[in-house]
Amino acid sequence: MDLQEFLRMGGYGGYVWSAYGLTLLVLLLNWRAALRHEAQEQLNARRRSSTD
Amino acid sequence: MKRAPTFTAAGLVFRRDLMLAWRRWDEVAQPLIFYVVVTTLFPLATTPDLSQLREISGGVVWVAALLASLLALESLFRSDVEDGTMEQWVLSGQPLGWLLLAKVASHWVLTGLPLVIVSPVVGTALGLPFDAWGTLVLSLLLGTATLSVLGGIGAALTVGVRRGSVLLSLLVLPLAMPLLIFGSRSVGMVMDGDSPAGPLQLLAAIFFLTLSLGPVAMSAAIRISVEN
Amino acid sequence: MWLWIHKFGSPPHAYRLLGKLAPWFGWSSVVLIAVAAYWGLVLAPRDYQQGDAFRILYVHAPTAWMSMFIYVAMAVAAGIGMIWRIKLAHAAAAACAPIGASFTFLALATGSIWGKPMWGTWWVWDARLTSELILLFLYLGYMALRSSFDDPQRADRASAVLALVGVINVPIIHYSVEWWTTLHQPASVTKFDKPSIALEMLYPLFLMIIGLQLYFGWAISRRLRGEILRRERNAKWLQEAA
Repeated sequence: MDLQEFLRMGGYGGYVWSAYGLTLLVLLLNWRAALRHEAQEQLNARRRSSTD
Repeated sequence: MKRAPTFTAAGLVFRRDLMLAWRRWDEVAQPLIFYVVVTTLFPLATTPDLSQLREISGGVVWVAALLASLLALESLFRSDVEDGTMEQWVLSGQPLGWLLLAKVASHWVLTGLPLVIVSPVVGTALGLPFDAWGTLVLSLLLGTATLSVLGGIGAALTVGVRRGSVLLSLLVLPLAMPLLIFGSRSVGMVMDGDSPAGPLQLLAAIFFLTLSLGPVAMSAAIRISVEN
Repeated sequence: MWLWIHKFGSPPHAYRLLGKLAPWFGWSSVVLIAVAAYWGLVLAPRDYQQGDAFRILYVHAPTAWMSMFIYVAMAVAAGIGMIWRIKLAHAAAAACAPIGASFTFLALATGSIWGKPMWGTWWVWDARLTSELILLFLYLGYMALRSSFDDPQRADRASAVLALVGVINVPIIHYSVEWWTTLHQPASVTKFDKPSIALEMLYPLFLMIIGLQLYFGWAISRRLRGEILRRERNAKWLQEAA
């Protein structure tokens, strides 16, 4: 299939790609947030146990 | 010492709250005044044309009642938790749910019921036809009563939280949305000439469901808020 | 098996186990989501009526499914935490909320994006959309309540009550779709009938759901590890782990 045709999505390209793009974005943000949350709590735990 | 029967204890709570409110009647009047003022905002903001306002009159009256009730709910448990009365109730050995329900009931009589009584007047000011009065009153009776219990749960969870009133609204409003939908829909339907039985029955069902499960949630929430 | 569950219930074991599981969840979810997306965007045939816009289904329906699934999971975890007083269950509920809220947002957003070309409007106040919006508010309220307490124990228990109260809304939400059509004539919005879709078009849908479930598994593993650390006061095993 021609790339142009694929991106156009039969005229609905804007809609389809923004829907998929938004989904990807939110998944990436959650991925980052989950990792940061874990890392932050690991840092806090380290601080707590070193001051005990 | 022999424990008083629960019904007596609940009855005492109910009467005591009514008597306390008698002395601070301005606290009771405020939500009512707020209610009337808010409904006045709508014709000012949209259109003075009664035939147009008529379309949204049921909804506006309902939203205003919702907001006024929320305003009143914030202080439902606060003073009793602060002065230690609530702790006594938790320790009293009486089923906490009944005592809390009595409190919610007296609160509703003081804040919810006045709203319901005034609602036909307020509705008429927005163009609501006379035939819709009955449905409006009935839907609000069920709705405000349900809201008092739901609000009781929210108030129990947020008592003692800083700026708890905003949080309370945030917690209670999503739960209250089905009430709003069915309540205003019932008024809309009777204005269109259809029978409002469907939504009214749903409101009644929600009310009974909330009444049976609400006290359980309220007492769990109060225990969490009161223990140190 | 009870021994295994008992072991898992202990934070240090759970912490270690989740740490080992997470990469498996993570990688398999990446693969499945990618395959499902490719299948949905490229391989699946165009819809007869909706053309290529139909492909939005493959992100919209799975995210909507996840939004509800996660709320129920959150409520169940909260309930377990309250009834059996298991800290880990409360931690799991806490971990669920932001992920569930994200999926709810996505369900609403992708649905809205789909609605514009198909039904001519970004939004309509029908039962399904309205109730999904209410679900988002429930998640936000849950997270707001949690963050208003300093003491994690109180935060756990108060938000557990809220989650359980809110879950009663979920079946009401689902049934209201039926009630709504009897109370009120449906507007211009009509949802396609599920049975009339060809099975081949549903495969990417199922794949995406499984992919998202694995993603959820990964995210929960990571967040739950964080929540476990936050609740643990006993320094000993922390020093080994961190």
